[in-house]
Amino acid sequence: MMVEKSALVIGAGIAGIQASLDLANRGIKTYLVEKSPSIGGRMAQLDKTFPTMDCSICILAPKMIECFRHPNIDLLTYSEVREVHGSAGDFTVKVVKKPRYVQADKCVGCGICADHCPVEVPNEFDSGMGIRKAVYLPFPQAVPRVYTVDRDHCLDCGLCQSVCTAKAVDLEQQPVELELHVGGIVVATGFDVYEPFRITSYGYGKYKNVMTAMQLERLLSASGPTGGRIMRPSDGRIPRSIAFLQCVGSRDQRFGYPYCSSICCKYAVKDAVLMKEHRPDSEVYIFYIDLRVFGKGFQEFANRAKKEFGVKFIRSSPGEIREDPETRDLTLWYEDTLTRTVTSLKVDLVVLCTALMPRSDSVELAKILGIDTDKFGFLVPSDSVGQPVDTQVPGIVGCGYCLGPRTGDIPDSVMQAGAAAARVSEIIMARSV
Amino acid sequence: MCHCGINIGGVVNVPEVVEYAKTLPNVVWTEGNLYTCSEAGLSSIRDSIKKHGLNRVIVASCTPRTHEPLFRATCEEAGLNKYLFEMANIREQCSWVHSHEPEEATAKAKGIVRMAVARARWLEPQDEPEVDVSDSAMVIGGGVSGLTAAVTLANQGFKVHLVEKEPQLGGITRRLGKIYPTLQDSSEIIDPLIKTTTSNENIQVYTSATLKDVSGYVGNFKVTLKKGTEDMKLDVGTIVLASGALNYEPPKGSFQYGVLGGVVTQLQLEEMLARGEVAEPERVLMIQCVGSRTGEVWTYELSDMSQSFAARLLSKILGVKKEEGWPYCSKICCMNAIKNAIRIKELWPKAHVDILFSDLRTYKEYEDFYRKARALEVKFIRYIREIPPEITEAPNKKLNVTAYDTLAGVETEFLCDLVVLSTPLCPSKEDVMLARMLKVPLGPDGFFMEAHPKLRPVDCQSDGIFIAGTACGPKDIPESIISAKAAAARASILMANRKLRTEALTADVNTDLCIGCGLCEELCPYGAHKIQNGKSTTIAALCRGCGVCAADCPRHAITMRHYSDRQILAQVEAMMA
Repeated sequence: MMVEKSALVIGAGIAGIQASLDLANRGIKTYLVEKSPSIGGRMAQLDKTFPTMDCSICILAPKMIECFRHPNIDLLTYSEVREVHGSAGDFTVKVVKKPRYVQADKCVGCGICADHCPVEVPNEFDSGMGIRKAVYLPFPQAVPRVYTVDRDHCLDCGLCQSVCTAKAVDLEQQPVELELHVGGIVVATGFDVYEPFRITSYGYGKYKNVMTAMQLERLLSASGPTGGRIMRPSDGRIPRSIAFLQCVGSRDQRFGYPYCSSICCKYAVKDAVLMKEHRPDSEVYIFYIDLRVFGKGFQEFANRAKKEFGVKFIRSSPGEIREDPETRDLTLWYEDTLTRTVTSLKVDLVVLCTALMPRSDSVELAKILGIDTDKFGFLVPSDSVGQPVDTQVPGIVGCGYCLGPRTGDIPDSVMQAGAAAARVSEIIMARSV
Repeated sequence: MCHCGINIGGVVNVPEVVEYAKTLPNVVWTEGNLYTCSEAGLSSIRDSIKKHGLNRVIVASCTPRTHEPLFRATCEEAGLNKYLFEMANIREQCSWVHSHEPEEATAKAKGIVRMAVARARWLEPQDEPEVDVSDSAMVIGGGVSGLTAAVTLANQGFKVHLVEKEPQLGGITRRLGKIYPTLQDSSEIIDPLIKTTTSNENIQVYTSATLKDVSGYVGNFKVTLKKGTEDMKLDVGTIVLASGALNYEPPKGSFQYGVLGGVVTQLQLEEMLARGEVAEPERVLMIQCVGSRTGEVWTYELSDMSQSFAARLLSKILGVKKEEGWPYCSKICCMNAIKNAIRIKELWPKAHVDILFSDLRTYKEYEDFYRKARALEVKFIRYIREIPPEITEAPNKKLNVTAYDTLAGVETEFLCDLVVLSTPLCPSKEDVMLARMLKVPLGPDGFFMEAHPKLRPVDCQSDGIFIAGTACGPKDIPESIISAKAAAARASILMANRKLRTEALTADVNTDLCIGCGLCEELCPYGAHKIQNGKSTTIAALCRGCGVCAADCPRHAITMRHYSDRQILAQVEAMMA
């Protein structure tokens, strides 16, 4: 049988990027398909990463650029997989490149179009905390550096077209269908963040100073909407007291998901330390059920958060948050299960560490690929112990959070990406010998 | 000059530094970028090199550790030798450490840029040595990780030498009875893996064999194995380190371990269950985090308690000896305890099982496993680590355990048949020798250290050596398999390419000056210097560019390529200027 010495990677977050690089460096032609305008995924949105406290995008950007310029990688951004046929060693894939309405080969990324665009839209990349224009680059380090017109919000005023000196804007652009032939497929579609509107007792969406952890990451980020300054959404004041709530929508059989999302305790400790670094006199509390700081170096880091930074850990899951209508301050009512007292705490800002869930379109994609998902929409490995990255379809493997919370954090995703690349190489190399 | 968003631009007045740089001799083009590492910044570097005929490029931004390769590659794309690139770190060494002194930080940034320009004048183009890479690998350790790595590499056509010090393959997995959360026999995983390994013609297995010596460098490691009285020589291109971890054994007397008969570790319990040595118990008590998470201060949790209550606890706490063990969380013990609790409940439904824990870390979908145990009426009791349970002998070979239940706020007594200690995976003492032989570092927790904790979790800091499984820290079986496959993926990249370019920052010996005293050979931590025919020579692929030889050579006969005295002195002079 003829075996295609090529692979398809779906999703260009850190897992998909690493899988592509490991495949491409192995000599395998790799198509990296990403549905949004830029590669980078969730890691690009984060502020800092534990334990080096390096800014996340700073260590990710070189890898993004490496993907962009790698001779063995074909980057297909703003594209979606529509059909997959065939079997291991010989898949045929139909990919649709959605129209950006900006010609990638002409756009120089100067941003004049966005300066003139009259439409302002909440920026998805900032988890809705900042704004972008209808013609936009999601973030400054976006790869490729090509603007995209969001036609759902565009007024068709044509201003961008007339100011573009490179003549790159083309509002008549049509979708392009591509057919790819690949030997193996890596699925790396990542996660969505649970928006806890249903947990009404916490007032998310109603109280301005209650936000998700992803929104906080964008506030902390130097390239975020506030340029790295933490401000309360209600009045722009710097919060003096902050409470992190764990297990919002995870380990929760009523409103959310029964599983543990694996990473929230760890990033909450990191964010708590960052808050303390930003403002040492602030009070930072972490409300937890079990403090799950497992994994290399995390327990030691949590100890430092306690001892050196004075972060306070309270073993409790608050029952209710109330807002003072005047000051917009928040009062948490909770039972401290260690001192067995019911009490309250007033804070300036509440951060909800919410469940991570599969991408909303993960089931649809699984159908196209012919692979199984669990009741939540995560991919199911064919043998969760022995072959943890394989799906039921030979030749299709997964890595990163789309495999479920079994993934965990960035190093886990990077390792899974390597494992996925190894599985694809095994198939391609074994059959081509 | 990079603003790095506000990382630099929020402190240092970047436009002012840009203007200043224009005044420096030989500088013909300067610009500021929001992010120099973005595609826009990089294409501007490429364009400027061509447009202005630049023969040196300096980026003042962040750390060369993460970004130098990117900027060097950009220079190469524009036809400039990458060693003609210089980086000035005005973030870590300036804006971050002087975030409250913007004026001084701006002045310092100017100084750092001035130094970089001074050095750049003396930079010379360098050729990177190319080495051949042997397409065979050595895997150290025949547990689940080593076996997986070996099979993954062999399936891609590489020759693998698998070295195991024990007479049998299978590692710690073979000793486990069942595996969580599937509760399948461990033999279902390990036996097929051993069979695939031993029947694969690309894999040569050496059992009861140890490493005697490893020399050489990436692509060309020379290994000496010792099997019995016999020495064997191997030449391999890459090494996968899968030497595993040990199950920690508490010191005698800790929790009455080794003193009272019914106190065992989880691993011992598994082996006893497998051999059918456990009689139907009335009650089994498990204690989590014995010998792990020892660095924690839990008294903080008590700060809100009423004075007298806290004082009573505190007096108990102060009376307790400092716990022996490891500061990290071993990550697998919670699921392991639940697994054994479920097994006992399934074997003897009437038996009581209690688990004393401080945080139950059933991460991922293991939460289901926790629920399953609770449905089987396994009791979970949260104790305080600083008030360890007291274990005493009771009549009829039973054990009496007193533990403080934080949630109920009372001390509770348990009359048990067995007390099972959940002890962590821990590094082996032999790792120190192995680390020395391979010239790879161990981390503060005693496990082998990865090159970057986030982005290079299976690479060692030494090129050509990769870490798989629990040698790098506690992992369960699926996680070990994943890391082993990842390590194999990284090793296969090197071996498939067959050739490798290494950094040109190496020692260069001026043989006219060299007197062959051999000091460099003696000092070099990497064995990169050899005295041949009365003169020192450098093996470029071994040299890591540390400069020890150049600093100590009594004749000043050794120069570091890309870090010559002239370049460094020019920087120092610029700093003083």
